[in-house]
Amino acid sequence: MRIVVNGQDREVPSGTTLGGLMELLKVDPRRVVVEFNREIINRSSWEEHVSRELKEGDALELVQLVGGG
Amino acid sequence: MDDKLIIAGREFSNRLMVGTGKYATMDLMSRSLEAAEAEIVTMAVRRMNLDEPGESLLEHIDLNRYTILPNTAGATTAEEAVRLARLARAAGLSDMIKLEVIPDPATLLPDVIGTLEATRILVREGFVVLPYTTDDPIIAAKLEDAGAATVMPLASYIGSGRGFGDPARISLIIERAGVPVVVDAGLGVPSDASMAMELGASAVLINTAIARAENPPLMAEAMKLGVRAGRLAFSAGRIPKLERASASSPKEGVVK
Repeated sequence: MRIVVNGQDREVPSGTTLGGLMELLKVDPRRVVVEFNREIINRSSWEEHVSRELKEGDALELVQLVGGG
Repeated sequence: MDDKLIIAGREFSNRLMVGTGKYATMDLMSRSLEAAEAEIVTMAVRRMNLDEPGESLLEHIDLNRYTILPNTAGATTAEEAVRLARLARAAGLSDMIKLEVIPDPATLLPDVIGTLEATRILVREGFVVLPYTTDDPIIAAKLEDAGAATVMPLASYIGSGRGFGDPARISLIIERAGVPVVVDAGLGVPSDASMAMELGASAVLINTAIARAENPPLMAEAMKLGVRAGRLAFSAGRIPKLERASASSPKEGVVK
């Protein structure tokens, strides 16, 4: 199925969970902020969300703090 | 001398805030922050590069030493700024936000109406809001009324290094403000930073003038001294400007 991560389309196996996606993308969830369909997932509650299943068309943003003024 | 900068009840000793953008290398950045003796450093929120993750800037910033001030750079509307602020807070490092609502890439001037709207929303959500604004004292007062923890008027365009367009307008903001005034944007050299402090600003924020100097850590040190000199001069109280000369040596006892 197709989901959108950071503005780009990606094909992932159907049934992929939020935790599974992080593994797929090789992203340490402790080092990013995850926004799932416009809902921010706080790190403190990350464990409650790892098994959430993604569905076609879901949009995620994985952001971090970078250099800026 | 006990001369603290207090923002929303938090105390800081150094009045030079430093941005972390535009450095050629991470090493130059961390050495510059150190040379500036910065306590508050700004950062931006961006999408992670999933194809080439690269080094994280945070690995080069000692979080025990620096207070992170995330910004909403990239936001062109109040709504986008609020979203970025929430994402920044979710990173778990700070509830302070340097609010920027900038619709025009050519001037990078702030949309003050959008900034005011976003300030109201973010203050309600418990953020400590430091809005970037123009040098308009009316808007500065409205931002303060909306609950901004500081106001951050520009000296001139972001990254321009042009120094002050009209210092009298910054003076007016300082005179009327009940919150710290942080001069942000457009400072080029230590004399600009010193001038901001001589006018009575509570702090300055500098990024480009340090990051893009030929020797950034050296410029960071120079800026630190400029800020310190200006602050000391402000505290010391300057002499009034006179129309004519006033001799420094005694008028009496001149050998004729």
